[in-house]
Amino acid sequence: MATRELTPAPAGLSVMRPPRQGSASWPLVDRAGYWLCWATGVALCLITVAIVVFMLVKGISYLRPSLFVTSPAPSLQQSKAGGFFDPIVGTLIVTAVGTLIAAPVGVALAAWLSEYGRPSRLARAVESAIEIIAGTPSVVLAIFGLLVFSQSFLGFLSETASDGAVTGQSFLTVGVIMALLALPLIVAAAREGLSQVPDRMREASYALGKTRARTIRRVLLPAIRPSIAEGVVLGMGRIIGDTAIVIILLQLSVTKNEPVGSVPVLNILRGTGSTLTSYVFYNSPAGEGNAHQKAYAAAFVLLMIVLALNFAVIRITGGRDRAESRRRRLLRWLRP
Amino acid sequence: MERLTPPPARRIVVGRDPNVVAPAPSPNGATTAPPPASARLRTERSPVAHVRERMRIESVWLAYGENWVVRDVSLPVRQGEVLALIGASGSGKTTLLRSLNRLTEVTAGAARAGRITLDGEEIHELEVNALRRRVSMVFQQPNPFPMSIFDNVAYALAESPARGRRRRRSAELEQAVNDALRRAGLYEEVAEDLDRSALKLSGGQQQRLCIARSLAAQPEVLLLDEPCSALDPISTATIEKLIVGLRESVAIVIVTHNLQQAFRVADHVAFMHLGELVEYGPGEQVFDRPAKQRTREYVGGAFG
Repeated sequence: MATRELTPAPAGLSVMRPPRQGSASWPLVDRAGYWLCWATGVALCLITVAIVVFMLVKGISYLRPSLFVTSPAPSLQQSKAGGFFDPIVGTLIVTAVGTLIAAPVGVALAAWLSEYGRPSRLARAVESAIEIIAGTPSVVLAIFGLLVFSQSFLGFLSETASDGAVTGQSFLTVGVIMALLALPLIVAAAREGLSQVPDRMREASYALGKTRARTIRRVLLPAIRPSIAEGVVLGMGRIIGDTAIVIILLQLSVTKNEPVGSVPVLNILRGTGSTLTSYVFYNSPAGEGNAHQKAYAAAFVLLMIVLALNFAVIRITGGRDRAESRRRRLLRWLRP
Repeated sequence: MERLTPPPARRIVVGRDPNVVAPAPSPNGATTAPPPASARLRTERSPVAHVRERMRIESVWLAYGENWVVRDVSLPVRQGEVLALIGASGSGKTTLLRSLNRLTEVTAGAARAGRITLDGEEIHELEVNALRRRVSMVFQQPNPFPMSIFDNVAYALAESPARGRRRRRSAELEQAVNDALRRAGLYEEVAEDLDRSALKLSGGQQQRLCIARSLAAQPEVLLLDEPCSALDPISTATIEKLIVGLRESVAIVIVTHNLQQAFRVADHVAFMHLGELVEYGPGEQVFDRPAKQRTREYVGGAFG
């Protein structure tokens, strides 16, 4: 590592630096272990670079602006297969539905667990339940969702065929199951945030004659807003990237979004369609669709979205001070 | 001015420490004891016309779990004067203070025996949040909320103000916030930007903001738990002046480790040791003519 040049020391003084630590004196096992750790780190960097470069090259070469605005069309010829407008919309819908359900529920769960948590047996049970959901493979969640949502009394969430059978497949049902995927991340982030709020903040509020509920709503939740945002963004990343749930709870072969019913907005939510993940899967060399190039382009877009979300998390968690100073500079500029 | 007779204090039986120079035996002959009051400066104070009792602590015992940390303490809390609780660590003074607005109840396993009354009403029979609005507390560490200065004070005031920057600030709310900041002597320093984050204030300013926040709800009693222990001498002096100035409109109880501070601000001083009230009386008396052996040792710096 390059060190900054020191200004010259006053005459007669020699600058002393700590001696460089060599590994020459280490036992062989330690040296081997050290180099192994070093090598794994480097290898991981190489793999990451490979993924990004590969997707960049493959993706960008096939990426056309028109792909974003044209709907997919079933065709054996690549040039007539259309774009991935519908999958992008599908991804947005699924993410929105999933996040809108998971965020309030997750924050409420975290607040209850951290601030009340009584009876403690129930709290332990809730914690275990969240852990189990977090550990459940998404394909299992998806199958479970299909089972539940094809019950006839839940027919309003998806499409009911003429013979009365409920498909259980719609953006709404995907969104609900996706919410389960995001929930543990949001709960964990919010609880982490709450555990970092010092108790004196709570006491200050109680000492002003505020109830516990008001303290949570007006002091604690605003204080942990960055943590909540972090959890939500992580959850969104999970939702956007998940494939199994989409394949099972939206029909795979459908590439165009198909509304169900006539109520605006609700018809799209009750309808089926595709997302970027199912589109990539369907059109990849492994799937039935035959638009490999478009699959690469869509995969690249997906990667970019997830990377952008990751950067958002970094901004939220680490870049707060900078954002604050920018806001203050703006304010000062507004009122001279 | 009605003066209460000092409440009965239980005598602590302790073996004479051989290393402590035995003080003169007569209760009033403080020959070897601390320098006289004139040697130390009391915070300047104007006389208070009307002193009246607001709270009364009667034979109070307090426990956390199995241990009684306060034993049979009786004290009056009067508006118009500052009551300082002094004593070594573990003497129960902070616990006693926290029990006055039932903040001890936040800790699991807290118990109390005896009566604490506010204007004659047992505080246990009052609604706890109503009580805490009447008996407010400022803590050792400045603990402003992570919001703007304005919101910090407005939070204490308003039942449900609209949130966020789009808040419609009613003239009344603004007036009340400014008043509270003025009473805490902070208004001049922060007036130009009340939207600034409270966390950007200095420690002394933060503590005065906490006092402003406590004063905003117009409490009748203000409890201060070592409010200056985290502050520099200049901030401390500002806050002490503030405390003395406030005593006319609110009854003030201050817990302090700092004997000089107790002497500077207090009208009455209560010395506690190991959960018991050893001595209670006017500040000059407790510091210059302590009646009890233990008090003499403590204010003389023999332990603590």
